[in-house]
Amino acid sequence: MTNRNRASYLPFLIPGAVLLVAVIVVPFAMNLGISLTKWSGVGAPEWIGLDNYRRLAADGVFWASFRHNVGIVVAMAVLPTMAGLVIAAALFDFVGRKFGPRAASVLRACIYLPQVLPIAVAGIVWTWILAPDGALNDVLRAVGLGAVAQDWLGDPDLALYTVMGVLLWIQVGYPVVIFVAGMQRVDPALHEAAELDGASWWGRFWHVTVPQIRPEIFVVLLTCTIAALKVFPPIYVLTRGGPGGATNVPSYYSFQNFFERTQVGYGAAIATVLTVLILVLTTVFLRVQNRGERA
Amino acid sequence: MVLWSLVLLAVLMLVPFVIVAMNAVKSPAEYATGGPIKPPHGIDLHGIVDFWQRVDFGGKLLNSVVISGSVAVLAVVVSVLNAYALGIGRVRGRTWILVVFLVANTVPQEALVYPLYYLANQTGLYDTRLGVILVFTIIQGAFGTYLLSSTFVAFPPELLEAARIDGAGKLQTLLRIVVPVSRPTLGMLMVFFFIWTWNEFFLPLVLLISNENQTVTVALGVLQGQRMMDATMTSASALLGVIPAIAFFLVFQRTLTRGITAGAVK
Repeated sequence: MTNRNRASYLPFLIPGAVLLVAVIVVPFAMNLGISLTKWSGVGAPEWIGLDNYRRLAADGVFWASFRHNVGIVVAMAVLPTMAGLVIAAALFDFVGRKFGPRAASVLRACIYLPQVLPIAVAGIVWTWILAPDGALNDVLRAVGLGAVAQDWLGDPDLALYTVMGVLLWIQVGYPVVIFVAGMQRVDPALHEAAELDGASWWGRFWHVTVPQIRPEIFVVLLTCTIAALKVFPPIYVLTRGGPGGATNVPSYYSFQNFFERTQVGYGAAIATVLTVLILVLTTVFLRVQNRGERA
Repeated sequence: MVLWSLVLLAVLMLVPFVIVAMNAVKSPAEYATGGPIKPPHGIDLHGIVDFWQRVDFGGKLLNSVVISGSVAVLAVVVSVLNAYALGIGRVRGRTWILVVFLVANTVPQEALVYPLYYLANQTGLYDTRLGVILVFTIIQGAFGTYLLSSTFVAFPPELLEAARIDGAGKLQTLLRIVVPVSRPTLGMLMVFFFIWTWNEFFLPLVLLISNENQTVTVALGVLQGQRMMDATMTSASALLGVIPAIAFFLVFQRTLTRGITAGAVK
């Protein structure tokens, strides 16, 4: 195709480009600019250079919110990936073969179901179940474990773990669906060969299944980690970052600074740090993945 | 043994749904005496009806349908136009343009929210459904551009050549050849965009402040935050939030499973 001919396709990019600039490029640049100012959202922003970032580095609340986010990454990326691998292998290798694909797909659908809920709705369901007089404590009392009953979301020492549990429930179906699809791609001859060599189920799982679906594992880890960094909705609905900041995360902390404390410049700085972190993670993941594919 | 542990797991995943459904049909008095885990005596729809009327749930549903539906259609249009230029037209610098769209899709909404809020206020789009539609058209469209461009690269050249020989222009070729041939992929994208937009919470929460404009997801989340509801009403609200999601899931299950996996390994 000639250059002239190619250029004649440019007009088709106009609507997308206009929206992209208006909704993403300009706001993102504005956010960067705001992060270098002190601004309450009204009046003129006051230029303060990198002060917000210096303040962030020394802000205990900010670092605590990061530590909480590490817990969220464990609950939304690490644990679901591990559990997902085992569940997917059990569904695919065992249920699929012995009880037919129907049984496997019904079970898979049940495990996937929480993924289709809007997170806000999942949050409502769980706050209500986990309330001090909610269903979970009621069940515990009914089976004589009343002593274990807790204010699951209201106890500062416990709230983060409770939130992590809810997120695991929401998230686990996603890796299961992706891994099952990946396993369908694996050449059955590899499994048969390993079986002839006398490999156990675990042996085949580790040495055949896991290496074969490595691309899927990478994608799941990447997308789930990014989702864990953008964890605003479940925190907003379940705990509002509380009690006493015990479940605060950078995503929610920036929202608080924007709309509750009217420290817009500081909120913008938090959001910028979050963006940089996500972009760096994505680049590193994609690099590692490419190297893995070439090797 | 493996089967039973999987069945147990599946049941555990479903228990919250069952508890919600059970309590949504209890009367407050019944809830007060029996607590949350006793099966209901009969079906009492008062909680659901009360909640429906109190928050004008019909209006919220309509907002969600209008917003998600418009975004689904517009975002597919934008994706197709972009992918036509990038994947089939192979315009110069297409790799970089694609990277920009990919980054746009990755930037967290936290880093856009305040400027969007500010700009929406300046342009009169704050607290309007149109504002939210425009924002999500490009957020979803960025993903669609990325996905479609890679499928359009492999578009059969003989079809394009035939159209050119017949004297069709670029736009005609797009509308008469490219769009009909890729209809299954476009349908899948549309379903995705609809459901993703339906589930969006953060930006709609900030941009849609008034009751008349809120979506189902935002309205439920905000009500929950205010802790103003009694137990049966809370479960009624959760049930009403769950029902559309499950309906989509049942209707689009095949498309969704196919699509999740298509989007995952690119």
